[in-house]
Amino acid sequence: MKHLEQIHNQSAWLTSLISVLLGMLVGAGMMLAAGYDPLLAYGALFQNAIFQPYDLGETIRTITPLILTGLAVGLAFRTGLFNIGVEGQMIIGSLAAAIVGLKFSLPPVLHSAAAVAAAAVAGALWAFIPGLLKAVRGVHEVITTIMMNFIALNLSNWLVRTWLSNGADSTDKIKESASLRWDLLSQWFDNSRIHLGIMIALLAAYGMYVLLWKTTYGFELRAVGYNPHASEYAGMNVKRSILSSMMISGMFAGLAGACQLLGTSGYLSIRGGFEGIGFDGIAVALLGANAPIGILLAAVLFGVLTYGGGNMQFAADVPFEVIRVVFAAIILFVAANLSQSIFSRARGMRREPHA
Amino acid sequence: MLDVMANILQTTVLYSTPLVLAAMGGLFSERSGVVNIALEGLMTIGAFTAAVATLATGNPWLGLAAAMLSGVAFAWPHAAASIRFKADQVVSGVAINFLALGTSVYLVKHLYDSGQTPTVQETLKRMPIPGLDQIPVIGPSLFNAFPTTYIALVVSILSYIVLYRTPFGMRLRAVGEHPRAAETMGVNVVRMRYTAVLISGALAALGGAGLSIAIGSEFNQNTVAGQGFIALAALIFGKWHPFGALGAASFFGFAVALALMGQFFGLTQYVSSEVLNMLPYVLTILALAGFVGRAEAPAAIGKVYETDSR
Repeated sequence: MKHLEQIHNQSAWLTSLISVLLGMLVGAGMMLAAGYDPLLAYGALFQNAIFQPYDLGETIRTITPLILTGLAVGLAFRTGLFNIGVEGQMIIGSLAAAIVGLKFSLPPVLHSAAAVAAAAVAGALWAFIPGLLKAVRGVHEVITTIMMNFIALNLSNWLVRTWLSNGADSTDKIKESASLRWDLLSQWFDNSRIHLGIMIALLAAYGMYVLLWKTTYGFELRAVGYNPHASEYAGMNVKRSILSSMMISGMFAGLAGACQLLGTSGYLSIRGGFEGIGFDGIAVALLGANAPIGILLAAVLFGVLTYGGGNMQFAADVPFEVIRVVFAAIILFVAANLSQSIFSRARGMRREPHA
Repeated sequence: MLDVMANILQTTVLYSTPLVLAAMGGLFSERSGVVNIALEGLMTIGAFTAAVATLATGNPWLGLAAAMLSGVAFAWPHAAASIRFKADQVVSGVAINFLALGTSVYLVKHLYDSGQTPTVQETLKRMPIPGLDQIPVIGPSLFNAFPTTYIALVVSILSYIVLYRTPFGMRLRAVGEHPRAAETMGVNVVRMRYTAVLISGALAALGGAGLSIAIGSEFNQNTVAGQGFIALAALIFGKWHPFGALGAASFFGFAVALALMGQFFGLTQYVSSEVLNMLPYVLTILALAGFVGRAEAPAAIGKVYETDSR
């Protein structure tokens, strides 16, 4: 964990940039090995992600939850916690949003606001459990959050099959009043599924910046993440900090779930497995050096790669999964801080003749 | 009633086998102090490689061998990142999970132009042990099992002997508890951890192989579907001990069997299969919280070892 805080220094930008380039190089290598043309593929990817209004709208829709899951993971990292449970908190957020969207009747704006709020609270509560176990019983959050992901998946499936649909595979559409879609916005982007969730995501990013860097409480959260023992000695309440961090992180994750449900899909179905946006948040946060602006940029990159990757499969016949390999390589390079090691070794070698 | 019991036992053994093998893999890595949440990815690459190699050669035993090699190959970047480059071990594990699933599905699409491999014809077949397989109830499940089940049992016993009865095992555990002290006694911490993580890759991949060429007969992106994480849970629930992990993995296999078989004999009328599916995870959390016996991790787990720090 110590390493994660060290990432955010002056060389963080360079590390991220080099890792992205190396990651895309790994992807190109895989394409070459399988006999595809990487230039054609990457060209098709970017061309089909941003140049048409429809594609641009869909790319923004893909970016939206990635910003939120990136913030969720990043905020936890900043405060010394590894929340691998973002995926599960997101599922619970979607579940809560679906329940409010289906079972309640409210006027338009109020209804969607209530559904979004319910998702945020549900995500926070789902993250409260591992937070509590960490604070009170010292149980490592990595394992508990992984376990909570699977519990969330099964809980959601169970409720979809029983209470929310009476034995079907998916629920009805949520009521129109709860939707985050806005016709005018969709029309601007050629009827794509872009929705108002992007505003929520941008607000959340600003919120994280203000909380962590502009308030005393946020300073305390970061201090606990940096050195819990010193913080406790300085009179900070470490246990309360752990609980708050986990819950705010879970809240961001719950909001991501709200965006997916109220904006993109509009209904909840039985999940065969994880969607993966929560896990992608780990990559987004790492690449973005756990800072809001970095996370925004990283989410844009991963969103473009994800949405454009789908079109790449269509246009250049390259299987989409090569993009997952690019993600993996980027995470490994950032985590191992390979660029720095390469540089320091190069410097070391230059120095040797003088020694 | 005996039929039902025999059926459940058989299904339990079937589904425990990959979990036991992967949990033993996790045991070596974590006992040496390296967190291994990459078990999921290592099982995935094992399942993929076993299916492809068996399809290519027609020999499932070559499939198993190839799977173990692929596990070593994918465990290597995890070892390199977390030991040599001192990356966060959990982050590196996440990356391996991405890498393994991405690579295997990419190659499946490339090789077969489809989301799954063709059906593997030459899978491993059940191997009855003459005489013993006639014992009522336990005979058909324990003594007419897939070869991978016998391998899993042997690996569990060997893991115990290696870790607790050999100098190599003592050193490996010492490195996971107190690397500084181990190094003072002349143990090469870095080499020991590399070895442990690579063994981990081979065993987890072997577990994954059973999913595609014994229990099942193809590979697709849902072949492993979280079983690596259940194996990790079994390792923790079993308190990082070979026989504990064996017991926990069997118990989790039993939960899967109940969820699967439940609908045949009416259990799901009372408890839904989703609730049964949750059981392993809920129990693991309770175990970690100390409500079902305290699970103590190796002391140096997850910590980067700095050769030059004092």
